[in-house]
Amino acid sequence: MTVEQIPSLLYSPIEDDLRSSVRSVLADHASWQSVLALTESVATVDQTLWRVLADEVGVTGLAIAEEHGGAGASWRETAVVLEELGRAVAPVPFLGSSVFSTALLLGLRVDDLLESVASGTRVAAVVVSAAQQVPRAHRSAILVGDSASAHVPGVLDALTADILLIPTAAGDIVAVEASDPGVRITPVVSLDMTRQLADIRVDGASARLLGRGTAASSALSTAWTITAALLASEQLGVAEWCLEAGVGYLKERRQFGQLIGSYQALQHRCADLWVEIAQARAVARYAAACAAEGSGDLEIAAALAQSVCSEVAVSAAEICVQLHGGIGFTWEFPAHLYLKRAKSAALVLGAADGHRARLGGLIDLTPADAPGSAHPAEEPS
Amino acid sequence: MSASPPLDGGSLAALTDAFLATHTPGSMDDLEFLRARFDAGLAVVSQPAGLGGLGASAELQEQVDLAFANAGSPDNRSAYNIIGLGMAAPTLLRFGTSAQQQRWLRPLWTGENIWCQLFSEPGAGSDLASVATSAVRTEAGWVINGQKVWTSLAHEASFALLLARTDPDAPKHRGMSYFVVDMFSPGVDVRPLRQVTGETEFNEVFLTDVLVPEENRLDEVGNGWKVATGTLMNERMALGAATPPREGGPIGSLTDLWRTRPDLRRPALHDRVLRLWVQAESLRLMAARLRQQQLAGQPGPEGSGAKLAYAQLAQETSSLELDLLGDEGLRYDDWTARRPEIGDLGDRTAGFRYLRAKGNSIEGGTSEVMRNIIAERVLGLPPGPRPDRDTPWKELPR
Ligand SMILES: Cc1cc2nc3c(=O)[nH]c(=O)nc-3n(C[C@H](O)[C@H](O)[C@H](O)COP(=O)(O)OP(=O)(O)OC[C@H]3O[C@@H](n4cnc5c(N)ncnc54)[C@H](O)[C@@H]3O)c2cc1C
Repeated sequence: MTVEQIPSLLYSPIEDDLRSSVRSVLADHASWQSVLALTESVATVDQTLWRVLADEVGVTGLAIAEEHGGAGASWRETAVVLEELGRAVAPVPFLGSSVFSTALLLGLRVDDLLESVASGTRVAAVVVSAAQQVPRAHRSAILVGDSASAHVPGVLDALTADILLIPTAAGDIVAVEASDPGVRITPVVSLDMTRQLADIRVDGASARLLGRGTAASSALSTAWTITAALLASEQLGVAEWCLEAGVGYLKERRQFGQLIGSYQALQHRCADLWVEIAQARAVARYAAACAAEGSGDLEIAAALAQSVCSEVAVSAAEICVQLHGGIGFTWEFPAHLYLKRAKSAALVLGAADGHRARLGGLIDLTPADAPGSAHPAEEPS
Repeated sequence: MSASPPLDGGSLAALTDAFLATHTPGSMDDLEFLRARFDAGLAVVSQPAGLGGLGASAELQEQVDLAFANAGSPDNRSAYNIIGLGMAAPTLLRFGTSAQQQRWLRPLWTGENIWCQLFSEPGAGSDLASVATSAVRTEAGWVINGQKVWTSLAHEASFALLLARTDPDAPKHRGMSYFVVDMFSPGVDVRPLRQVTGETEFNEVFLTDVLVPEENRLDEVGNGWKVATGTLMNERMALGAATPPREGGPIGSLTDLWRTRPDLRRPALHDRVLRLWVQAESLRLMAARLRQQQLAGQPGPEGSGAKLAYAQLAQETSSLELDLLGDEGLRYDDWTARRPEIGDLGDRTAGFRYLRAKGNSIEGGTSEVMRNIIAERVLGLPPGPRPDRDTPWKELPR
């Protein structure tokens, strides 16, 4: 294996500017109180926030070339947006539309759809179950003539989708308008209501074929990998918020006549978490850079980033709850929103063990042979 | 205690049979049945005669419970009365006067009275000894003012265990007293608090000029901390050292899932499931051993170890359950703010168990506090500096 030079893992001045624009929009539109209130409303996606992010900040088409309606930046900048969205557990369909669908449309070179998704005027969703371990069509998804059917539970960011991108069991990818009378999108009571899932039923909707064969399957697989790589940045943002909130509380809460932050047991938990987050940031940045450059190391970087960031975000959220004591366990404090986002995001695109298993294949560290085969002599005769 | 030797299993079985021969569950009023069982000393056999027991060994409880269960004996709402049965009863038995025991233990055991625990306050959680709720003695009795928080089951409870400050001039551990509060007294205001699960299992309780009669004080004035410590040790035993059957408790949901859903199994998770099984079984046996050790005496700080281990186990188990479930784990059942049905953990989604288990390392003393107790009280390590120990409570910074 040749040793590649490690790309910059820092934030560029442009990325810093982008971050502060996104952060200030989120500060205005996505206070935790409003995010929490939205989770209990009928429409859990913040359409106003989405419009502002798309129209004023232009985050929806960062990774897309300007001639296709995008901003001509890259997945690196997109990752910075995700960090901020994670920090705010913002209820917008960014991951599903501006990352997963966008990457898929890029791979399939569907310029017209790409343009409308890049500009944020239309939202797209890839119709696969959110937590599956591998990028694979749902077995119910079929195309007959130019009409598609699919019954797919638990789809990411599909609640407000205008376009459904459906991988079919036969290996095609088709687009269906969500407004088609054959389409039903049903909200799911989700563990993470800041990113509510939807069950999709498509029954004989008119479909447009976007790709087939290996072109389609490799586009799906690449889009899935890019999404995994970038989800890590959202997880990083979640973890950062949790550590900051926890440390902030340790500096103000007193018990036994002293700040609880003076207890080494708590200091050490925070210090350990800080080290984990520092690593999470590095692997998330690396994954975003690999995605941006189309690096040959992207698959490894994505599997690595998911293996690390899924667990770091969950552990940060769990620690955050714990550091807050009784308050951390209440609905009226935002820690639970982060806990639910972190645990759900850890399952989205497969849990960390799945990513490690993938990684094992990629780096030639495969598991032991199936039990029994190694010791045939132990079989009773 | 009488001088006669304690009952053995055989005579207890005979007493149980004789009782069941004259009292048929279902053919008489449930409450009358439970009261009669209490009066016959077959409720908690280790309790003294006249107080629901026969002074028998606690080891014999299981066989009695089993005989009653097999006969279809009615339930005494034990799931709702964990605080009553697990904490209030032992506290009353140890610190109550005979009159207090006579008055409260029977309706507690029958489930007529649910109990809750008014300990924690916004400013006094881990540092419970800093409670600020005041109890002032008047001719009519004690007048209570203050705010309690995180009070589980206050909305169901008829009575509460209350820790309050009676002497603000004394150092904090020495200025508290312990009371039993009638939750229907004027001035008790219970307001629901919602939890991460969506449910409203606990409450804020505002106490405004609540009058508590002198006869509701437990132990001496100024001895509140000693009594509260007793309650807490019982709480930690109740929370951590339950002895369910093998694979009872949180591990059961995980092992069920693994066995019944081969489609979900993944090689990488197999060893983790087994590790958790081992952890659960070790804890179960440790708890059994702890209970055996403590049959005669009162629970010591060792219960803190069981509580600590239980919280870790419950959290890791439910987390792994979600990992296993994948897509199904992303779904939740119900976020509605509602009073919980206690004891229905197994009927809820894995996500509910995952979220509820987060409370296990906070309620009844946090896991950090459990570690401090083990370090200082079991291992005898030097305690951290406590500048507040000897200062009059009212001079402490807040
Ligand atoms: C589900 C649930 C049910 C409850 N039911 C009841 C009830 O029925 N009645 C009742 O009275 N109370 C109840 N409680 C309250 C519970 O006992 C307190 O929340 C708990 O003791 C912690 O207090 P706190 O919330 O004030 O947190 P704090 O004490 O403020 O703790 C904040 C953080 O600091 C840490 N910390 C504090 N001191 C130290 C130290 N010395 N060393 C290291 N770390 C430290 C804690 O571990 C925690 O992580 C319940 C709580 C929960 C979550």
